Amino acid sequence: MNDYFAVFGLPRKLQLDPEELRRRFYELSRVHHPDFHQGASEEDQAEALSASALLNRAYRVLRDPVSRVEYLIALEDGRETREGADARPRAPVDLLEEIMEVQEALQEAKAGGLDEVSRQRLSEERQRLMARQLAEEEAIAARAAEWDAVVVGPGDRTALLEWFKQRLAARAYLRTVIDDVSDALGQGEERHVSHRRH
Amino acid sequence: MSRIVGIDLGTTNSLVAYIEGGVPKVIRDVEGRALLPSIVGYTPDGILVGEPARRQLVRNPARTIYSVKRFMGRGYDDIKDELCHCPFEFLASADVVRIKVGDSAVTPPEVSAHVLRALKQRAEAFFGEPLEQAVITVPAYFNDSQRQATKDAGRIAGLDVLRIVNEPTAASLAYGLQKLAQGTIAVYDLGGGTFDISILSVKDGVFEVLATNGNTHLGGDDFDRVLVEWLLADIRETHGVDLSQDPEARQELRLGAEAAKCRLSFEDRTLLTIPFEGFTYHRELTRAEVEKLIGPLVEATLGPCRMALKDAGLTPDRIDEVVLVGGSTRVPLVRRRVQELFGKVPHSQLNPDEVVAMGAAVQAQILAGGITDMLLLDVTPLSLGIETLGGVVSVLIARNTTIPTMAKEFFTTSVDGQTAVDLHVLQGERELARDNRSLARFDLSGIDPMPAGMPKIKVTFLIDANGILQVHAREIRTGKEASIEVRPTYGLTEDEVARMVEESFAHAEEDVNARLLIETRTEADTVMTHVDRALAQGARLVSPGDLGQIQQALQALREVRDGRDRDAIRERTIELNKATERLAEAMMDAALKGALASRRADQILESK
Repeated sequence: MNDYFAVFGLPRKLQLDPEELRRRFYELSRVHHPDFHQGASEEDQAEALSASALLNRAYRVLRDPVSRVEYLIALEDGRETREGADARPRAPVDLLEEIMEVQEALQEAKAGGLDEVSRQRLSEERQRLMARQLAEEEAIAARAAEWDAVVVGPGDRTALLEWFKQRLAARAYLRTVIDDVSDALGQGEERHVSHRRH
Repeated sequence: MSRIVGIDLGTTNSLVAYIEGGVPKVIRDVEGRALLPSIVGYTPDGILVGEPARRQLVRNPARTIYSVKRFMGRGYDDIKDELCHCPFEFLASADVVRIKVGDSAVTPPEVSAHVLRALKQRAEAFFGEPLEQAVITVPAYFNDSQRQATKDAGRIAGLDVLRIVNEPTAASLAYGLQKLAQGTIAVYDLGGGTFDISILSVKDGVFEVLATNGNTHLGGDDFDRVLVEWLLADIRETHGVDLSQDPEARQELRLGAEAAKCRLSFEDRTLLTIPFEGFTYHRELTRAEVEKLIGPLVEATLGPCRMALKDAGLTPDRIDEVVLVGGSTRVPLVRRRVQELFGKVPHSQLNPDEVVAMGAAVQAQILAGGITDMLLLDVTPLSLGIETLGGVVSVLIARNTTIPTMAKEFFTTSVDGQTAVDLHVLQGERELARDNRSLARFDLSGIDPMPAGMPKIKVTFLIDANGILQVHAREIRTGKEASIEVRPTYGLTEDEVARMVEESFAHAEEDVNARLLIETRTEADTVMTHVDRALAQGARLVSPGDLGQIQQALQALREVRDGRDRDAIRERTIELNKATERLAEAMMDAALKGALASRRADQILESK
């Protein structure tokens, strides 16, 4: 498995300066991009193509703080992942209660149609869920420094990774519920955006 | 490395450009025109491209193909709703669109290839040497099939297409090269048939596309169409005539509406006058009236703009500059709405008709190694996925991912001893396969017979710098390359393209000769018409001897006019011109200049 951090010559740390990452991305693009290998042999061109594809992929994953954590976990676990819609995540235990309420509102909207009252209610629920999602992301980012410390020094890597996994699962679940609510509210357009961009 | 040109293959007009002394320049034809109308006319004598084809739009509507870009890489089912707007006939088919021309049929890439070949010849005449390589632009929102169709068209025209570049991105390169745009820029590109919006970050010579969106079926053509429908209704009301089923009348109206639309970009009101059989239609149109008609179409461009902003993670106030591209951005309503959306005055210092071709030339120069400090990082406009159980799409590459990019996926068999796996690749943003664009089916074969679930086939989906998909497969256990057969859903197969390339080579010389012959004949006809007219009015002004010579020259030209000897037609046209010199002078003297009112006749006679 390719190490996206290594692609940029970076250690497996979660705290990254986005400007520095971008600078390296541009620098490496100038080396690998197929535009600069047009006259080269077929072999060289194929190599440039895959090097450039890997670089672009690595940049996409690492520039976003949350997908960076997702990737790190996959890397530490040694499994290959891919972007996009995986199987529907299961509800984390600590979210169950709040989610139940939303599901109920969704069921009612489905059964009885969307009147002003239920629209209002769903809209509020969605606001709450989005705030919650943001909170999860902030919590994840807040512990990035802890990880960066245990990578180079002593500390419980396994426990921290496990915690990250749980929080990421919670966030993923929140996102699918937000999408469902958006769909019910007839804002399907937004769904495409939300479930593609990290 | 040999010369590479940049080509803007547009819906309405096409152009070719190159770099000279670090500056992009558009190559003009012998008459000084930069724009080549993207129109191809099929006549019994041969094929006409550009202006000559445009002139026969009304006379020969069924065999004069325009706006073919709308049909590139599309299927018959996609365009069914549009058929009624076109004067040419389509053949029902399951795969690519086929247009009926006489007893045979042509595909959109073949039609486009004629336009490309005309540009290639224009460039060759200009450089005085053969040209083989080009960069061709496409709308950013073109899907894989549409890009592939464009590449095919280039191949059929005898061009090695080194790169397919997105039009708004190309425009940004042209602006960037001249340091006219920096920071975060939005390129709003409304052309004849397509709309694109691209958001880019331009920094340190790197042009990074952050997001793109658009509609490949929305442009100035549609403005004309709603105008025509409205005019048809107006004619029904005022003259009690229904012209909607008359292709020639529709074509007249379309050209009239287009011209009126253009005038209304600079004037508040304009008069439309179209002579029809039995009556002449006069109509005053105001800008306000037309804006009301096209308003919903302009509005339809704003949704994609908002989506692109959202995908880029930006709000309108974060955009430093808005650049307008495409002829339709001359429409004041368009400029107004764009300005309202982004909250700043959009700019268009570079000619909106030429800027895309200029940008293509910049990209060509980058590929040739002539520019090394600029780098373009573009994105794929649509998500790429495969169909999984239940007809659901599993996304492998999300839209607005920087290209080149790749994704890997593992597949296995579901039956013991199965030796082949079928993959269905789609492009689009919807969840169900049937709502997305089917790109192709890939048959992976040559898998060793194993129990179900044992084979592990790694499939790599790679989108190259052209935005075109490549698929590779390998069986992991045996390390064997699995062979892949691609069946494009709406494209030409490799065999078909190869055949068309061959045919075009076989006909290339024939086509050129046919075109030259037709042009020479047209020239002869023009001169004869004007001589007839001059004789009718001024015959008494010259001596019987001169008159006899003119009539002799006229007769001599008539004799060869329908023959295939181009040189003879040309020589006798020149002779006729010479023979009329004294007549022309006499008419001038007699202050009868008005008799030669047409500019063309004046030119011919004065140039002697």
